[in-house]
Amino acid sequence: MTQLDYMLQQIVNAVSLGSLYALVAVGLSIVFGVLKLTNFAHGDVMMVGAFGVALLVGIGVPFPVAVICGIAAAAVAGFLIERIAYRPIRDAPDVARLLTSLAVTYIIENVGILVFTSSPRNFPLPAFLNTSWELSNGAITFTSINLLTIALTFVSLLLLGWFITRTTTGLGMRAAAEDMSAAQLVGLDVNRLIIVAFIVASAYAGLAGILWAAQAGVVQPQMGFTPLLKAFVAAIIGGFGSIAGALVGGYILGALEIFIVAFLPSSISSYRDAIVFAVLIAFLLVRPGGLLQPNREIKL
Amino acid sequence: MSREARIKLCVLFALVAGAVVAFGAPHVLSDYFVRIILLIALNAILVLSLSLSNGFTGVFSLGHVGFIGAGAYISGILSIPVQQKLALLPHLPAFLHAFSLPFLPATLVAGVLTALLAVVVGYPLMRLSGYFVSVATMGFLIIVNVVLINASDFTRGARTFTGVPLETTLPWVFGWLAITLFVLARLVYSPFGRAMKSVRDDTIAASAVGIGVLRTRLIAFVIGAFFAGVGGSLYAHYLGSFSPNTFYFSLTMSLITMLVLGGMGSLSGALVGVVCVSLLSEVLRSVERGFTIGEFSVPALFGASQIVLGFIFILIMIFRPKGIMGEREFTFGLTQRSAVVNQTEERKR
Repeated sequence: MTQLDYMLQQIVNAVSLGSLYALVAVGLSIVFGVLKLTNFAHGDVMMVGAFGVALLVGIGVPFPVAVICGIAAAAVAGFLIERIAYRPIRDAPDVARLLTSLAVTYIIENVGILVFTSSPRNFPLPAFLNTSWELSNGAITFTSINLLTIALTFVSLLLLGWFITRTTTGLGMRAAAEDMSAAQLVGLDVNRLIIVAFIVASAYAGLAGILWAAQAGVVQPQMGFTPLLKAFVAAIIGGFGSIAGALVGGYILGALEIFIVAFLPSSISSYRDAIVFAVLIAFLLVRPGGLLQPNREIKL
Repeated sequence: MSREARIKLCVLFALVAGAVVAFGAPHVLSDYFVRIILLIALNAILVLSLSLSNGFTGVFSLGHVGFIGAGAYISGILSIPVQQKLALLPHLPAFLHAFSLPFLPATLVAGVLTALLAVVVGYPLMRLSGYFVSVATMGFLIIVNVVLINASDFTRGARTFTGVPLETTLPWVFGWLAITLFVLARLVYSPFGRAMKSVRDDTIAASAVGIGVLRTRLIAFVIGAFFAGVGGSLYAHYLGSFSPNTFYFSLTMSLITMLVLGGMGSLSGALVGVVCVSLLSEVLRSVERGFTIGEFSVPALFGASQIVLGFIFILIMIFRPKGIMGEREFTFGLTQRSAVVNQTEERKR
């Protein structure tokens, strides 16, 4: 295996992981943009999507249908979470809402453990998605699911770009993100926009959860927590609340993680997550608006 | 009786009552109830130490459990008997192998080192406010967890850290609780305490009247971390064996639930929250194991107690965001001036 092949393999891995982070981070950013809420339950919505697929395939539903149902289930879960837990405290301070979303996470994960136990179960990936491809005599390998992840990320983000720049609802969401009360003054139905934001974000979470589970091969009630934290870091790196920022941050974080593991000695690379969160803290301190929002200031 | 005399009498009474419970309970009550009392007092130390920055200074740290974990591991490493240390932690630096400290000095060292860690961490982080400080301190918690898992020469990594002598008894915990309460009450109801609250309530106004915001936050953070380290040490010597994930999000969540339920701006609130949540989770835990009423048998529902606590947390957030006590304290009339003083003041007007 040549140096170049090794490098290319790492780039393939980085793009694949970065796509997943970007997908999760986009959903987080949509909600944060509109509500200024860090939705920790986003990770559990991912879990709902993945479990939905696993259970439906388990009772014999064809895989593509199960995927669509899984995404729908995630969207419904996101809607319910907003309606039950977040709407009553919409005017509470930021920290109170952050804590509420942590509590929601806590509830959903424990319900998951209660119903499905915390031991991982197999994620039934059809064989045509599990085939592996080789380039340059086997020096670079990837599976169909890697390719599918990257492709789906691009397609779905293009779709999102179209939605928020070309449709009335999407424009309304951006208006609400800009200034909630002004949006209300010009006659936008803010409640409806927030619901749409949650449904869209949760559908993305569902998709991301399914892809995550497909790559990992297993589903488990707490599976959403780690990707959520990582996506959160990605969103902050790019600029929290900005969709382009989530995308940029996702790929940067994916590359950072893969390259830490690939090019640093294992005595350092085992501290990968510590490095990632140190980056998060550094961004919060030095550039809280992230890469794409350099002018945002944080008051003391 | 003058006010000072009444206060002294009450404090004396509280100390005697505490001592009676601490020394008497093990002879009267079953081990189960002794354990519950001990856990309540232990959690009280942890929640009180959390309330200093999160409640009174308005810096809502999610990283407090990182300090508790640090305290637990530091104290554990120091106090495992030398023989066992060689077997359990063979790769420790030689000077740590050479000795093992008794409980009290180990706890003090843990507290001091944790406070130093808080200086290093807090100096940059206390510049952040509100939401951002919560997120950054959460990052700190995760970093501590990763370090505990990877620094296996010191911590045995993800494996259980064991061999810590079981020395946390009721008198120890009650003693430390009394010290914590005393220090915090003196601090919170002093000019510095008012500075803390003004930083919380209006940062700009506070700095306009000359209060050093960074300094005030940092002092509160560091003192809180000292008691977190002490509490961590007590916890370590109570559990005997633990792992990095003992000190992670789930402990964070339960401490925050206790603090928020009781009321964030009040020391008695912190205590009320601890007692309520501890008793409730004890009841729920027995439900969780499954039980039988007559013909009906309820199967074991693992995690049910966590779910109920989560719902309670959300309900508090919605219906009573200031918690049970809000900013009130149980004072038993001690802070009111005596009738005689009031009358003389009336006459002066």
